[in-house]
Amino acid sequence: MTHTSTHSAKPLPRAPLYFAAMAALIIAVGVLQSWNSALAILNMGLISAIMALGVNLQWGYAGLFNVGIMGFTALGGLAVVLTSMPPVPAAWAAGGGRMIVALLVGLGTIIGAVLIYPRLPKTRVRGLFLTAFLVVGFFIYRTLFDPAVAAIEAVDASTAGYLGGLGLPVMLAWPVGALLAAGAAWIVAKTALGLRSDYLAIATLGIAEIILAVLKNEDWLSRGVKNVNGLPRPVPYEIDLQQSEWFLSLMAKIGADPVIGSSIFVKLLYAGFFLAVIGIIVLAMELALKSPWGRMMRAIRDNEVASEAMGKDVTGRHLQIFVLGAAIIGFAGAMMTTLDGQLTPTTYQPLRYTFLVWVMVIVGGSGNNWGAVLGGMLIWFLWVEVEPIGAWIVSVLTSGLADDSALKAGLMDRVAYMRYLTMGVILLVVLRFSPRGLLPEK
Amino acid sequence: MDILNALVAFTNFVVVPATTYGAQLALGALGVTLIYGVLRFSNFAHGETMSFGAMVVVLVTGLFQSWGISLGVLPTALLALPFGILVTALLLLATDKVVYKFYRKVKAAPVMLVIVSTGVMFVLNGVVRMIVGTDDRRFADGARFVVNARDFKEWSGLSEGLAIRTTQVITVVVAMITVAALFWFLNKTRTGKSMRAYSDNEDLALLSGINPERVVTITWLLVAALATIAGALYGLDKSFKPFIFQQLLLPVFAAAIVGGIGNPLGAIAGGFVIAFSEVTLTYAFKKVVTYLGPDSWVPDGLVQLLSTDYKFAVSFAILIIVLLFKPTGLFKGQNI
Repeated sequence: MTHTSTHSAKPLPRAPLYFAAMAALIIAVGVLQSWNSALAILNMGLISAIMALGVNLQWGYAGLFNVGIMGFTALGGLAVVLTSMPPVPAAWAAGGGRMIVALLVGLGTIIGAVLIYPRLPKTRVRGLFLTAFLVVGFFIYRTLFDPAVAAIEAVDASTAGYLGGLGLPVMLAWPVGALLAAGAAWIVAKTALGLRSDYLAIATLGIAEIILAVLKNEDWLSRGVKNVNGLPRPVPYEIDLQQSEWFLSLMAKIGADPVIGSSIFVKLLYAGFFLAVIGIIVLAMELALKSPWGRMMRAIRDNEVASEAMGKDVTGRHLQIFVLGAAIIGFAGAMMTTLDGQLTPTTYQPLRYTFLVWVMVIVGGSGNNWGAVLGGMLIWFLWVEVEPIGAWIVSVLTSGLADDSALKAGLMDRVAYMRYLTMGVILLVVLRFSPRGLLPEK
Repeated sequence: MDILNALVAFTNFVVVPATTYGAQLALGALGVTLIYGVLRFSNFAHGETMSFGAMVVVLVTGLFQSWGISLGVLPTALLALPFGILVTALLLLATDKVVYKFYRKVKAAPVMLVIVSTGVMFVLNGVVRMIVGTDDRRFADGARFVVNARDFKEWSGLSEGLAIRTTQVITVVVAMITVAALFWFLNKTRTGKSMRAYSDNEDLALLSGINPERVVTITWLLVAALATIAGALYGLDKSFKPFIFQQLLLPVFAAAIVGGIGNPLGAIAGGFVIAFSEVTLTYAFKKVVTYLGPDSWVPDGLVQLLSTDYKFAVSFAILIIVLLFKPTGLFKGQNI
């Protein structure tokens, strides 16, 4: 650790060094493995960095613990399907209208219950009436909803069986993903904020599981576990590039193989988009941090009681920042699904999408946006590279054993779980010995 | 109209499974609540602690079976339980010494401890998978049923059968013994009283000469026992799958909060509230309704309120309702 007293005059003395080292790591992958994998790591690293920025907003600026990152990421993925896939007219004709009516009834029941509750007299009848209202609303909703689902899912089940999206450009899905995630975050935060700090964590854990259950089971919405493939892309397809005149002449000019070149070209385009997004988010967050709003947020984080005494609405500000952070995570989730080109609900796992992002934020330096970006890139790099390194270590350690020995096979099988262990240990060690992370908050 | 058959079907498919599940959740929630009461944080690693304890029980059971040791009609796992508790206790004490102790010393904010516990969860998750992999393991042996569906039909002459598995009876009996022992310990022994005093008012307890580190150690020992028993019973009843325990975390937390976090009695009540709501709301009532309705009438659908895939939603909805209307839980929380 450097002594802050000697370095405090120079802002971020370590940042350029660390980012240079990070770039060197990625270049090393490019040279030693392939440029394709180096760029793949870079792209996912950039997306991870954006998720880490969202979590950093919640944790670093406000001290809110979010265990539902996976859910907000998945909502971003859903947004891509809902926005960019072409609509399925047959499904809409079969049950689209009924579905909308059913959803409106369901929503209306909940909103109605919320609206009438405070207006009812405060007696025992209130609870009974509200329950009866909700039960009746639920049954009407189900009578409309069930046949609509059956009708929609019956339409061409092997290739469609869902309503499809709006057929809009895929880039529009990114802000839509942010909106969906912000909406879910608002519901959670509205109920759990202002209570004990652990309750928000537990509530986010719950909403993430539910979002995932919806994605896996509501086939009419996004085909469930049948996945949605072939999502539109904001960049050209490799196969089209390989046949276009200008690209071939460009490749010939720099002397590259057009097949590999096209794949790298596409990844570079994505990297450009992602870098632009990171640039905008970091700029906005840095400006916010330096504004009176940012100072207020940090004051609230460091001493809630004092800030409340100064007349700050602590719960209100927490709500605001939690929703903003979730929106950034949803944005990144939509970007990730766009990059993947498909929505596969079964791949969303809390270890990968929630705890890994936490490791990124803590290792990078909570409260520091550059730290979050660095942490996102570095931890993603390790996540990808630890497994081959672990496999290599095991193969070296067991090289004396016969190839068919049970111990060797067992160790090779277990190497996959090394990653969880490594990430957990990294989190604990950093929290304990260097809680401010690689790039500490100024 | 056939009330008896409807009642038997309801008991068979709702009451018996929900009671078993409720007992398992209650034991899990008791562990969470004890940690909250004494160490004052929500332990996200508790699900993995249950997984670890159950894993040790599974391994020791396998060892006993290979030696030919068995309990006759009872599952061998009961013999392995003390060993599971012992190993889990050692693990938890080591974790406390290496990880949590430091944060107690620097008086870190509760949310820091929550994050640290997720780190521990991560590590335990990896350890369990590295030791046993991710396969599904059945380790229940002995007699399979206490009440067999066919025997019950012959005995009662009803068309609907009632089956009660040995593991279900064992779950409830073991849970009852564990809870009785825990309450006896907390209410009657000097150590238990010092624990309650420490949870109630830390400063006063320290003033009266209660050693906080000893209280913490005892808490971890109790938690090891509760988590191992809960995990092993769940594994006996269903099967042992490492990833399932992560999904148990939400219902366990919900149970603890519904009952009033920090309150052991509340944890038990919460466990049963969650289990009964979950099973009732996700059970397809077609059979029961058919029996209750007029003759030769069958309802159209499954008469299922929620698909079983949404059982998390039940825990979550109950949690949200409690947080909105009674954040302290059904029983007043935050003391043991």
